[in-house]
Amino acid sequence: SCNEAAKYEKKVMVLDFVTPTPLGTSWGLGGTCVNVGCIPKKLMHQAALLGQALQDSRKFGWQFPEEVKHNWMTMTESVQNYIGSLNWGYRVALREKKVTYENAYGEFVGPHTVKATNKRGVEKLYTAERFLIATGERPRYLGIPGDKEYCISSDDLFSLPYCPGKTLVVGASYVALECAGFLAGVGLDVTIMVRSILLRGFDQDIANKIGEYMEEHGINFIREFVPIKVEQIKEGTPGILKVTSKSTKGNEIIEGEYNTVLLAIGRDACTRKIGLDKVGVIINEKTGKIPVNDKEQTNVPYIYAIGDILQDKLELTPVAIQAGRLLVRRLYAGATTKCDYVNVPTTVFTPLEYGACGYSEEAAVEKFGEENIEVYHSHFWPLEWTVPSRDNNKCYAKIICNIQDSERVIGFHVLGPNAGEVTQGFAAAMKCGITKEQLDSTIGIHPVCAEVTTKCGKSSPGTAEVKSPSLVFQSDTA
Amino acid sequence: MATLWRRRERFLGVLGRLCRTVRALSGKNEYDLLVIGGGSGGLACAKEAAQFGRKVAVLDYVEPSPKGTKWGLGGTCVNVGCIPKKLMHQAALLGSALKDAQHYGWNIAQPVHHTWSVMAQAVQNHVKSLNWGHRVQLQDKKVKYFNMKGSFSDPHTIRGLTKAGKETIVTAENIVIATGGRPKYPMHIAGALEYGITSDDLFWLKESPGKTLVVGASYVSLECAGFLTGIGLDTTVMMRSIPLRGFDQQMASLVTEHMECYGTKFLKRCFPTKVEKLEGNRLQVTWKNTDLGTEETDCFDTVMWAVGRAPDVKTLNLDAVGVKTSSETGKIIVDASEATSVPHIYAIGDITEGRPELTPTAIAAGKLLARRLFGQSSELMDYDNVPTTVFTPLEYGCVGLSEEAAVQCYGSDNVEVYHAYYKPLEFTVAERDATQCYIKMVCLREREQRILGLHFIGPNAGEVIQGFALGIKCGATYPQLMKTVGIHPTCAEEITKLHITKRSGLDATVTGC
Repeated sequence: SCNEAAKYEKKVMVLDFVTPTPLGTSWGLGGTCVNVGCIPKKLMHQAALLGQALQDSRKFGWQFPEEVKHNWMTMTESVQNYIGSLNWGYRVALREKKVTYENAYGEFVGPHTVKATNKRGVEKLYTAERFLIATGERPRYLGIPGDKEYCISSDDLFSLPYCPGKTLVVGASYVALECAGFLAGVGLDVTIMVRSILLRGFDQDIANKIGEYMEEHGINFIREFVPIKVEQIKEGTPGILKVTSKSTKGNEIIEGEYNTVLLAIGRDACTRKIGLDKVGVIINEKTGKIPVNDKEQTNVPYIYAIGDILQDKLELTPVAIQAGRLLVRRLYAGATTKCDYVNVPTTVFTPLEYGACGYSEEAAVEKFGEENIEVYHSHFWPLEWTVPSRDNNKCYAKIICNIQDSERVIGFHVLGPNAGEVTQGFAAAMKCGITKEQLDSTIGIHPVCAEVTTKCGKSSPGTAEVKSPSLVFQSDTA
Repeated sequence: MATLWRRRERFLGVLGRLCRTVRALSGKNEYDLLVIGGGSGGLACAKEAAQFGRKVAVLDYVEPSPKGTKWGLGGTCVNVGCIPKKLMHQAALLGSALKDAQHYGWNIAQPVHHTWSVMAQAVQNHVKSLNWGHRVQLQDKKVKYFNMKGSFSDPHTIRGLTKAGKETIVTAENIVIATGGRPKYPMHIAGALEYGITSDDLFWLKESPGKTLVVGASYVSLECAGFLTGIGLDTTVMMRSIPLRGFDQQMASLVTEHMECYGTKFLKRCFPTKVEKLEGNRLQVTWKNTDLGTEETDCFDTVMWAVGRAPDVKTLNLDAVGVKTSSETGKIIVDASEATSVPHIYAIGDITEGRPELTPTAIAAGKLLARRLFGQSSELMDYDNVPTTVFTPLEYGCVGLSEEAAVQCYGSDNVEVYHAYYKPLEFTVAERDATQCYIKMVCLREREQRILGLHFIGPNAGEVIQGFALGIKCGATYPQLMKTVGIHPTCAEEITKLHITKRSGLDATVTGC
């Protein structure tokens, strides 16, 4: 947003400050995505995928010693170096666009006034005509003995200066599953402790397939338990921690020993300590999130908010970017376009990637009624997995159509390699209102995974899914 | 002997007349549909027709290549095209992945060696499983399969010949020709036929081709040269003029530029004059360099011709029934319903004039034809905006018009080109060069800004383009794409962020996370 505003020759200032984690981790300019989110996550996911590629490559004729080991420090150093270059890049960009940047913690102290406190405690006051709050979120802790002292969060994981070793991941969010996925992919012993369901809010049929795949590939799941105590048995980098957990269904108590415990149970908005009460900005007391109108305006007319702190909006980088840019254009360039939050695509970068856009099957059924939607689906086997004989019936695509609206596509789900690349274009098609008929009349590119979307057949009511012949047979589902 | 032969011919003539008489008397052909050619188009058409409860037969026959290579049911795509190509391309990509892996923390000693025979065996085994799968599918769908070479006796009668010379006469109400094409040999070059191979042979080689010269500038040439380089072989591409004729030329240049950085040698504006065999089975190739006006030679283990494909019509005996072919290309001329100049005879796939030579279009055309013949459908095949991908080391996916075609069609003042140079996230840590990673969207300039063409060079280009092809099918416009939120971090999201036009002259390099 700052860069956009500066384009219109507005005097702009950015305050950015990272409160260190309980274990002392901190980072530079760029926010969650760049430092402790999307970027390092995808790079580590890539490291895990390369581990799989190594194994596949033998079947394709490549020769090297049987066992190849992974070095955590080499990976983390490379990732951190790249992040460092991004932090630097952002500082340069702000400078070039003449945006004033201060590495200081900002909080409102009165109308149109903020106080900025830097690392050394030096305070300064600034006034502005308008304010934009984009403070994002931080990982939540369990509130049990030992959590802040001994557990880490995603804030710490990506720059951990030692290999985490045998890891317990607590949580069932995409953060939990993505992290558990790449940790296992680089060869670590990983257990995921899930209180109830996986990927709440996502299509549950797909969420279960993701969990199944991870389990089949060596990740342990402990279902329906929550940790109640974390103790340190041995100090070290990593040390040994003892985790005591209680069943959600009864009184059973279990204990386990791990080198690292990673908490990924949710994120809390950074809105409680920035003086919002001093200027009268209403927040949702329970969640801490800020309700805004469709122009991203809070209840205080000169204060706006975007990104992860917004109530009822998606916690995604591209959404935040889009909202920010459009907001500034509306404020300073006379534009009227509002951010379109409908059919925002997303991808979960678990070992088997999941790309989605639009309604989950259950949400579609709830909104439109089961008799008014048609679900087309197909399993497929990526050609690249045939030679190494991998998982011949795990990849899956599902398209949900609204019968009452010319069978318009209202939900798209794909489980398979490069799900993000596959889903992006599909999201654009959904933005154009694609119908099943148009989908069927589009020619597939052969041989790629994405072509399965042009070949999905109806799901038969009741029991087993319709299994279409695998992709490699130039599938001809009726 | 001569007498016996003549008697046999007369017998055949009698048999043929008998068939026709029987048919004329009973008014019944043996099959509702006979498909000549068991490839992508042929099999799809046959299976679809069988779904309507029709009596269907498929004739498939592979004439061995000059080097003696042959294969089973499934056609070019399955045996000597898309499938083995993509698998070998994957082998090459995995070679790059092995190099990347070190940067990501995997302790793997470089350089890593590749064994051709392990890869070839795995690929060939997979192809054979597909041959088998196709035979099973035909059986399941009750389509009769003849491993025979077919030719026309009359518009409803096909003479099938087995390898051993045994003959079968088959009659059908409707006949679909889907015999595809085969690689051309440059017959005017001495030694081309005796010493060179083509893509028909490459995928079935049991031993490594070694130091290879690939002659041609088609996607077949570049894709093959690409994966040969990727698995560690000394590879050279010889091109007479431009690469990827018919494709967007800016994109074609980026593709070849990347290949050059990647290690493939290029002999540009050169054409071979002769191929000779040396002692020890090496081949000496002599060529003319048209730029320098010089003649040069070098030695190779293998010379592969990728100079185009010719339609497989010669042995069909089309003259006997009057099916018209193009005098320029030799391909069969069809109308929008895939009908030839002879009633009840149709043609689909690579054999047809003016159609894209792609598996998915052949399959779609075959299915729609079957539905029109037997399923009361009137839906014609739409050949517009067919997406495709060239699987070179850095892949190139596209849909719609090239920039030059758009400019020619609408005029440069009416066309807006948005573009961007981007860097895939995965290349950063791997320290890979992303100079040729580039996206270009060609739009109409007027208010709506409808998208005429989209071009993407980068990893997984096919996966990226497929969804956008769907959008273009719906008449997608530039504003609609800009309203689409990106998925982060992917390469595809860069398409939703295109905002620099060529017209502005501004730097099109993507910055930021």
